[in-house]
Amino acid sequence: MAGESGKIDPMYQFKIEPLAQLQLAGYDVSFTNSSLFMILVLGALWLFMWGGMKRDLVPGRWQMAVEGVAGFVNNMLTSSVGPEGKKYVPLVFSLFMFILMANFMGMMPFGIVPGVHPFTVTSHLTITAVLAVISFGTVLIVGFWKHGLHFFSLFVPHGTPWWLLWLIPLIELFSFLIRPFSLALRLFVAMTAGHVLMKVLAGFVINGLNAEAAWVPLVVSIPSFILMIGITLLELLVCAIQAYVFALLTSLYINDAVNLH
Amino acid sequence: MPQISQILETYASQFFWLLIVFGLIYFTIGHGMLPKIEASMDARDRKIADDLAAAERARAEADNLGDSGAADLKAARNEAQAKSSAAKAKAAKDADARLAKADAEISTKVAASEAALSKATAKALSGIETVAAEAAADIVAKVSGAKVTSAQAAKAVKAVMSHG
Repeated sequence: MAGESGKIDPMYQFKIEPLAQLQLAGYDVSFTNSSLFMILVLGALWLFMWGGMKRDLVPGRWQMAVEGVAGFVNNMLTSSVGPEGKKYVPLVFSLFMFILMANFMGMMPFGIVPGVHPFTVTSHLTITAVLAVISFGTVLIVGFWKHGLHFFSLFVPHGTPWWLLWLIPLIELFSFLIRPFSLALRLFVAMTAGHVLMKVLAGFVINGLNAEAAWVPLVVSIPSFILMIGITLLELLVCAIQAYVFALLTSLYINDAVNLH
Repeated sequence: MPQISQILETYASQFFWLLIVFGLIYFTIGHGMLPKIEASMDARDRKIADDLAAAERARAEADNLGDSGAADLKAARNEAQAKSSAAKAKAAKDADARLAKADAEISTKVAASEAALSKATAKALSGIETVAAEAAADIVAKVSGAKVTSAQAAKAVKAVMSHG
């Protein structure tokens, strides 16, 4: 989006704009473009799942796709947690599909409609932090629910020498407490950086075409455009990988809580 | 960076809407639709496993049937061979017996016919003597006019016939 003086601000795409003012108990819970895209993600996800609900014995393409994703998440949890992991499939599936759909929704070319631009829900720290807290909170609740105070033995790995008992639990505790931050920041940074890079390259293309000198489009715009095609494909890959990483780490953390190493 | 500069103004809205949307996803999709999809996947897996087991059972059964069928066939063939050789032996024996009986009948008939033939021959021979004697007597009577008795003629015929 062009700001003043014809410059393209790569950060504008992350701006949250209220679409409808809403106050609740003194808090500003306005319906924003971020909320709109969350609703779109919900709608797209619901549509996707609805298409796979035919429950045919011989699945069609759509049902096959839905069952493929369901089987993928199921397999991820059974392989990292074991048979007990089945209980956590709904949670991990919801996290995975929400992040995946939000990432892809932010890549949709809604920008071809003037005045509209896609918004990536997962490029906001507030969103990824809540998702990370959901994941980490589940680990804490499951851990203390199943093992009580014995859950703290997670910080003393098997085979720790007695003379390191003062250090290892400290390191383990830190690495444990840092998990929600790494979960939240990884997704937030990956989505933000990718979208900024794409916007910067798009700026190169547009500003190059608008330049006075005739050689600029040839030297700047065309290579940037070609590079942008590659970066877009890479970004689509990152969208899927980040959703996968979030889901995989969540299932590994749940494994810690269920099986205590 | 709007994510950080706007954080104080927008966090409440972001949390609020995320919790609504994620709650809906978790409860309606994660706990509502996903178990049904997994149930249909499990049902299919079970059906495939059952069908494979049934096919395996049927194959084993067919193998058994084939084995016993081959044994039955062999036994039946042996029996048939025994029967046919017994029948052959019996037929050969019958044929021999009938042949022997027919031989015997034929030889008795042949013997009887020979006897009858020789009797007839003897009778004919003696008949010829009488006829010849009569003819001789007639010839003598016609040639010489002399009356010859049949006893004389028979004596002369006998003499001629025995000479020549």
